[in-house]
Amino acid sequence: MKVMDTTKQTWELRLYIAGHTVKSLTALRNLKQYCETHLKGQYKIEVIDLLLKPQLAEGDQIFAIPTLVRKVPQPIRKIIGDLSNEEKVLVGLNIVPIKSGI
Amino acid sequence: MTHTVKKTMAKNTGVLQKSLTGISGFDEITQGGLPLGRPTLICGEAGSGKTLFAMEFIVRGATQFNEPGVFVAFEEKAEELATNVASLGFDIKKLVSQNKLRIDHVHIERSEIEETGEYDLDGLFIRLGYAIDSIGAKRVVLDTIENLFSGLNNAAILRAELRRLFQWLKEKGVTAIITGEKGTGTLTREGLEEYVSDCVILLDHRVVNQISTRRLRIVKYRGSVHGTNEYPFLIDEDGISVLPVTSLKLEAKVSSKKISTGIITLDEMLAGKGFYKGSSVLISGTAGTGKTSIAASFAHESCRRKERCIYFAFEESPEQIIRNMHSVGMDLNKCVADGLLKFQASRPTMYGLEMHLVVITKIIRQFKPQTVIIDPITNLVNVGSTSEVQSILTRLIDFLQTQQITAVFTGLTLNNAIKEQTDETISSLVDAWIQVRDIESNGERNRGLYIMKSRGMKHSNQVREFLITSQGLYLEDVYLGPDGILTGSARKAHQLQQLTEQMLQQHSLSRNDKEISRKAKELDFKIRTLTSEFESIREELKNSYVETELKKELVEKNRNEMIRMRGNGKTVINKPATKQNIK
Repeated sequence: MKVMDTTKQTWELRLYIAGHTVKSLTALRNLKQYCETHLKGQYKIEVIDLLLKPQLAEGDQIFAIPTLVRKVPQPIRKIIGDLSNEEKVLVGLNIVPIKSGI
Repeated sequence: MTHTVKKTMAKNTGVLQKSLTGISGFDEITQGGLPLGRPTLICGEAGSGKTLFAMEFIVRGATQFNEPGVFVAFEEKAEELATNVASLGFDIKKLVSQNKLRIDHVHIERSEIEETGEYDLDGLFIRLGYAIDSIGAKRVVLDTIENLFSGLNNAAILRAELRRLFQWLKEKGVTAIITGEKGTGTLTREGLEEYVSDCVILLDHRVVNQISTRRLRIVKYRGSVHGTNEYPFLIDEDGISVLPVTSLKLEAKVSSKKISTGIITLDEMLAGKGFYKGSSVLISGTAGTGKTSIAASFAHESCRRKERCIYFAFEESPEQIIRNMHSVGMDLNKCVADGLLKFQASRPTMYGLEMHLVVITKIIRQFKPQTVIIDPITNLVNVGSTSEVQSILTRLIDFLQTQQITAVFTGLTLNNAIKEQTDETISSLVDAWIQVRDIESNGERNRGLYIMKSRGMKHSNQVREFLITSQGLYLEDVYLGPDGILTGSARKAHQLQQLTEQMLQQHSLSRNDKEISRKAKELDFKIRTLTSEFESIREELKNSYVETELKKELVEKNRNEMIRMRGNGKTVINKPATKQNIK
């Protein structure tokens, strides 16, 4: 069931950053790489720079930077940090890795 | 911007600027509030009032000092917070809609969050910065930031970020309060005191003898003088009230105006006019000697002068006092209806001593009375030791004196070996001390009243008998009889006896008078009789003398006649003549 759901769904991911810091850029690069690997064509990444839109921080309860928020599918999950640990990110987002899936 | 300017100015002048909190009493003990533009740590156990203190700081700032504030809640949601403090009269929603207050709930749910790799708390900084800038906040509260530690794993990052956060807050120039839960052996669980080193306030909630007292202590206040004591504080419908423990400078202004006690005869004993305004009076005595009546009379008189009075009753309910005083001719109900008299009745065991003091001072500040009555003060001993009561009273009397409020305390003395012990503890503090005492003799008890002391006036040294009648309170002179002082019916009897004696004496006097006048009359009569007797004797003697003289003259005449005849040489009449002739 789970596998069916996740494979058919579009993933809406939102990455909160604050300026183009090393951590932010690393996180974005990592995220893109994971998505291309495991969710090709099924994902949408929205990058929000809180320095430009600080009012958005409250809505998603952001306090750490960078934070990755999985808006869809529900429930909301958050991963904070530069996303350097692939396994953790995948577990955190509840993504079934392609390699182990096949 | 303005704040950074202020801050640099403060640095230049070398004087720490402060931000008034508006919390009753707190600004006094800190001599001006919290350090302006710096973070302050408030720590304490759960339920010690940290959140409330912080919230009051923000709300007072917004309402009284026109300083908008941001409240960052890590524990409670904005709605919960609003509901919680609504009972204290804080209308959070209104302030939010007026852009004077902003509540930001930072929700950290461990189960939702995964950590991977490096991160920082820029999100929090940005949120806070945005909230501050959006309403121009000058005050910030972070309640309780330690929740970050329970939500996130990487303590090393958190510590570094917290240090940066407090530094950032300083740069922002906002006056901030950070709350922290008390840890074991440390002020806060996560050692926040390491980062916030300007001002640390410890709140405490202690239970002694089943009576809880909240206390506040300023652990540290860099660059400022502050009280180091533990100050009791109270949370009630008006928020927090901190009670300055000692402002004992003994610089209270004094008045030479005198005010009546409501008992004319008692006023007469006090140099004719009563007590000094703003003085403290202790009325002590054994049970049932009429202490409450004297105190109530004082209150009644104060209301008659159109002055406000608060009656703190620790023994009887207000209605009971009103009813009882009605029986001695005092209509206190009218005073209450006129809004001049306020009763404040509570059980002594309701709070701790400190709390009583806080409550008393708070009500006094609100009602602004000229006279305060505490009846009886000794009941407070039930909830504290004698030395504690003394320290409380010192502070209370001091407070009342600075406010120029006349205070009347009643005190129960036990009629045994340790009597007047309670009196002794406070007798040196009060300006005047009246003692009412039972005088038992001839099978009845009567009340004797005397003035033990009355500073700064010539007062009577006489024991008077204190009478409580349906017309009011009176003092009568006590009679000194051969067997000691006489009171009650003995005095009456003595008075009657004296009256009788006086009448009898008067009667006897008039009888004596009559006697004297009669005697005088009698003597007068006698004198007249004797005078007339004397007159007659004198008359008689005179007559005989004249007679003799006449006789002598006649004899002479006769002889001359004889001689003349003899000269004729013819006749000799008688022998004597003959004899004479022979010679």
